[in-house]
Amino acid sequence: MDAVSQTIPGKEIEEPAASKPWLVSLFDLIRQQPLGAAGAFIVIIMVFLAVFANLVAPFDPIVNDYGSMHIPPDGTHWLGTDQFGRDVLSRLIYGARTALVVGFVSAFIGATAGLVLGVSSAYFGGLFDLIFQRVMDVFMAFPLIILALAVVSIFGTGVENLIIAITIPFIPRCARVVRSSALSIREIPYVDAARALGFNHRRIILRHMVPNVMAPYLIMITAFVGQAILLEASLTFLGLGVQEPTPAWGLMLQGGAEEYAESAPWMAIFPGLAISLAVFGFNLFGDALRDVLDPKLRSQ
Amino acid sequence: MKRINRLMSFAIATCVAIGISTGGAMAQKRGGILKYIIPSNPPSADGHRETTFGTIHPFAQYYSVLIRINPSNPASTTDFRCDLCVGDVPKATNYGKRFTFKIRDDVKFHDGSKLTAKDIKASFDRIVNPPKGVLSARKAYFLMVDSISAPDDTTIVFDLKYPSGAFIPAVAMPYNFIYAKKLLDKDQHYYEKNVMGSGPFMFVEWQPGAFIKGKRNPNYYRKGQPYLDGTEAIFAKKQSINVQAIRGGRAYIQFRGFPPKSRDDLKKALGDKLTVQESDWNCVLMVTPNSKRKPFDDARVRRALSLAIDRWGGSKYLSKIAIVKTVGGVVFPGHPLAATKEELQKIPGFWPDIKQSRAEAKRLLKEAGVPEGFEFEFHNRGVDQPYKIVGTWLIDQWRQVGLKVKQRVQPSGPFYATLRKKKDFDVSMDFNCQSIVNPLLDVSKYLSSDVSGSSNGQYVDREVDEMFNKMNRSGDPVEQRKIMRAYETRVLDEKAWALPTLWWYRIIPHHAKVKGWKISPSHYLNLDLANVWLDE
Repeated sequence: MDAVSQTIPGKEIEEPAASKPWLVSLFDLIRQQPLGAAGAFIVIIMVFLAVFANLVAPFDPIVNDYGSMHIPPDGTHWLGTDQFGRDVLSRLIYGARTALVVGFVSAFIGATAGLVLGVSSAYFGGLFDLIFQRVMDVFMAFPLIILALAVVSIFGTGVENLIIAITIPFIPRCARVVRSSALSIREIPYVDAARALGFNHRRIILRHMVPNVMAPYLIMITAFVGQAILLEASLTFLGLGVQEPTPAWGLMLQGGAEEYAESAPWMAIFPGLAISLAVFGFNLFGDALRDVLDPKLRSQ
Repeated sequence: MKRINRLMSFAIATCVAIGISTGGAMAQKRGGILKYIIPSNPPSADGHRETTFGTIHPFAQYYSVLIRINPSNPASTTDFRCDLCVGDVPKATNYGKRFTFKIRDDVKFHDGSKLTAKDIKASFDRIVNPPKGVLSARKAYFLMVDSISAPDDTTIVFDLKYPSGAFIPAVAMPYNFIYAKKLLDKDQHYYEKNVMGSGPFMFVEWQPGAFIKGKRNPNYYRKGQPYLDGTEAIFAKKQSINVQAIRGGRAYIQFRGFPPKSRDDLKKALGDKLTVQESDWNCVLMVTPNSKRKPFDDARVRRALSLAIDRWGGSKYLSKIAIVKTVGGVVFPGHPLAATKEELQKIPGFWPDIKQSRAEAKRLLKEAGVPEGFEFEFHNRGVDQPYKIVGTWLIDQWRQVGLKVKQRVQPSGPFYATLRKKKDFDVSMDFNCQSIVNPLLDVSKYLSSDVSGSSNGQYVDREVDEMFNKMNRSGDPVEQRKIMRAYETRVLDEKAWALPTLWWYRIIPHHAKVKGWKISPSHYLNLDLANVWLDE
């Protein structure tokens, strides 16, 4: 027996496991996270409707048709019409576009700004961290809706201002979560090594620390999208968000809920359902993403 | 035979009169508290400075006025009656330039002091020539007044600079509360936060944003009135709360108005327990283009905006969902000075054929160099009824001539600031709401911006101003009507400075037990509640 062919009993080198086909992996994931899969399905449907609204929607969502006012759901108008004779289904489909644009843009900007600020605060520490965190405390002291209301009352109504109003309250929330993760990363030797090699702060923060806090960042984004959709609908319902004739769920609810709740309930029920379903979908998806990305939860 | 007929007619008339008066007197019941709801919050209690129903609805009952619209015939535009004066409303003397009012000597303020002509003079001095630091919202309505004098305690004399048919309607405005001179002498701002008048009810308590309470004035000068023991009003802006308050009996009436859908819902819920009163409303929603901004500085573009609007069709459909209904020009529809339907249909924008109108609108836009799909911002007020509803309709109307409109909605405060001060709008929703129907003054809304405080289009048109002055100085109704037509043509057609959309329509569904109150063409009128009683 030559040395080359000798093997140590019980110490056989394991063959790397062959990677599963993506479809199998997907089914595994669905089996492990059925609720998350349901959430992802809702999100995908919503994104599809938003992107292809002009192909999917049966009617133009802003054209008034006074011959078709308050028609209950039927074969032509599946979800009925509103007080201006507009097709509720078409407005819901186009409303998904408004909700997703506001949701994704404000969640992305808010979480990203929070990410950079949170990591910077953890990295620099000391007086900067102390002052920065107290400023964050001030913002965090206000409930989300109150802060958004204050911001929108300063900037005014409209989609762009609504995005600003929703983004600002998200920044401290994300910064706080990301900072707690970044504090532990700061103590890892490779950060010291990078510093010793003379890398500047920006490079250390963006190239070495930020990639290591991506998990909480992604989880925050998915949670924020749901919250942003709800905030957009709430502010619009209060008359401070998107304005007619732009299709938006909160606007549809506001127009229908007060006056027509009894005589034309479809005007309020369907946008209400759409808001609930969207928020539910994003929350489920966000929870599942957290379970998948968080190593502690994954091992459990 | 003629004599017999005359005697019979007299006998029948006498019987009817006796029947009505006896029946009326017997039907009225005393006691009870009138609960009503006010969809606003008063900015202050001072009628002289405020222009909102939010001040009239809670406070009118605590004050007397010199003359008022006949509470039994409030729909009339000319039936004025004395409140504090004696007899009929006086006729002008001194070639139409002097009005002498004799004042009742049995009127007492709620603190027991006597009301005299001195108090009336002090009140009108404050309205016509407000002291420095005091706001008077209706100062411009009394430009014809030269002097006010009170030669004795029961006589008040108004001398005018020129004869004016607009004077009596201006005096009859419900905001002209009569205050106590002694309190004004101490503090001209006293009445902004305090209440002390001589009206049918005495003030008890006001919790801003919550409620206001009043009780019967036992010393009221109209013997037997008021019939109620008191009033309780709740302040609640949201329409759904207003509807639910009436539905649940927390309030018996709301004096501003409800949209048709709420009327139908309430009728369905309350059935015979509900009475509905409806009336045309001296209030019109308008579109005001900013004539200092391109391309709205071009009359062709402004005319195109008007031509695109299907007012006749809008009246048919919007009246089902909003508190608007009547198509009209610059004058309250139905008034002798208003355009007839035939006259109106000659004005661009009021043509009966909307296809022809829109074709002309497109032609004008093209001629003015406005491209297809041109985008502009429509500034609107954040109030559902009827502003936002009509705003959505207007945007759809303009879409049909190739204009792309984005809406900017602001709450009332910032809306007014933008419209009146900042002027940073392309095209804005605007309105002309008045109390007493007084077209000669009501149309001051369309004067040059440097002449009228309520004209928001930023234009100067001396021809319009000249016509207005000529019309107001003319005592001849025929001539007034002729000038009014020329004025209307100039404002709506030739220059298209401001574009009326639809006139409001007032719907008051109230508990059937509320009796004695009659609807008027204005939500500012007939609110002293002296003749209201509860059938319970």
